[in-house]
Amino acid sequence: MTSVLYDVPGPRAKVRNGLIGVVGTVVVLGILAFVVYRLAATGQFEPRLWEWIQFKAIQVLLVEALLNTLSAFAAAAVLSLAFGALFAAGRLSEHAWLRGPSTAIVEFFRAVPLLILIFILYFGVSQTLGLNLSTYWSLVLGLMLYNGSVLAEIFRAGVRALPRGQSEAAYALGMRKTQVMTNVLLPQSLRAMLPTIVSQLVVVLKDTALGFIILYPELLYQARFLGSQGQLGAPILQVAMVIAVIYIILCLILSGIAQLLERRSRRSPRGGDIDPNEKARAEGGVAAAQAQGGGGAVI
Amino acid sequence: MNVLFDNLGLYGRAFLGTIELFLIAAVGSLVLGAIVAGMRVSPVPILRAFGTVYVNLIRNTPLTLVLFFFAFAYPRLDIVDLSFFTRASIGLILYTAAFVCEVLRSGINTVPVGQAEASRALGFGFGQTLTTIVMPQAVRAVVPPLTNVQIALLKNTTIASGFSVFQAGGIYQELSENGYNVLVGLLWIALGFLILVVPLTLLQRNLDRRWSVAK
Repeated sequence: MTSVLYDVPGPRAKVRNGLIGVVGTVVVLGILAFVVYRLAATGQFEPRLWEWIQFKAIQVLLVEALLNTLSAFAAAAVLSLAFGALFAAGRLSEHAWLRGPSTAIVEFFRAVPLLILIFILYFGVSQTLGLNLSTYWSLVLGLMLYNGSVLAEIFRAGVRALPRGQSEAAYALGMRKTQVMTNVLLPQSLRAMLPTIVSQLVVVLKDTALGFIILYPELLYQARFLGSQGQLGAPILQVAMVIAVIYIILCLILSGIAQLLERRSRRSPRGGDIDPNEKARAEGGVAAAQAQGGGGAVI
Repeated sequence: MNVLFDNLGLYGRAFLGTIELFLIAAVGSLVLGAIVAGMRVSPVPILRAFGTVYVNLIRNTPLTLVLFFFAFAYPRLDIVDLSFFTRASIGLILYTAAFVCEVLRSGINTVPVGQAEASRALGFGFGQTLTTIVMPQAVRAVVPPLTNVQIALLKNTTIASGFSVFQAGGIYQELSENGYNVLVGLLWIALGFLILVVPLTLLQRNLDRRWSVAK
């Protein structure tokens, strides 16, 4: 194994690395042990605080909460993909009157915090314009506006990253603008962008947790509710742990798909159409960080 | 307009809270992220494993859940009594550090191995290799995405308003109690964030363009 930072260790370095490894392990395990000790000392492992898992009603409640999370995620994912495709097309348009507004909208929604967007939809629009948006739609539309804008940038960067010769050749064959886009540019760039798109969907899934703040009954909301039930012993820590495991598993599945796609597109000969340097440059900030991070950096 | 000018003090205090939270979390996440990145590129396998587990766990957890833990579950542990502000800072630091770590790690990995090998062949020591050969090249690859992570952090500070921390995300409650138009009030907050974020974005793009050409 070679790294930029160090040579293959010799005998002295091996001993030193072993020592560092032992010390590091002791420090990390020490921190973990302290947390477990505090958990035990404050009685968080008492069976009474974990009994809630066995109640049928609570299991049903949690499954419903999970379904609420997933339905908000599914709706937001579909809508943001559509929003992203629409505004990416707008930004790539040759007409300035389409390009200008699309750019402004995408930049605006990317710069405003998602939570503020959700508040604007839920408290602002409902109160002032009299449009009674439910918590569900406020959350979904907020997610659509933010992640749709990020996806628009990803799509645009993907199309722009293709070698110029691709579209030039297509035009030379007499194709029209739409044909060039749908028959030549999109099939190639979507392949390359797929891992980044899926990573962004992980962000959508994570951000559904914001529904908790406007009291949409998703996982975190039910965790707060269960955690404050006196007759269960207010097991908020225990509920939060279970919810965390559910979220991590869901996101790991999606991240796993993203990694799988990335590996596949790297292996397939046709996926290598795009020069990686060119791609990173054209992607600009957002997507470049994502492509490197793998798991989506637009947190 | 009235909403803004009647509550100028409120907006001022709120955005100061946001900026304070942002600065603390930014410095903290850079330090912790650098430590974890150091672990992930170190020659010690067990440290690499710890770093990987940490990054993968945190990156797949919603920030809201991390803050939830610190706001509601942490007090049950009876360790030290911390304010909501401190706990939100810790949550933001732990969360953002995972992303900082990934950016730093991929930055170091962009430097070809040949660079360090050539410098060692020239007789440079480890310190010289790191400071004069590897780091200057890694920084170019790192700073633009790192700026992105910090922009995301700035926007993420608003989530702390769900957990009793006073900053820009929480103004709407006070506005609606005083009978002001919440929509207008929130649009001013959005504008405030535009003012904070857009210069950072422009800086990031500028750095990206200048440095990627040189690379």
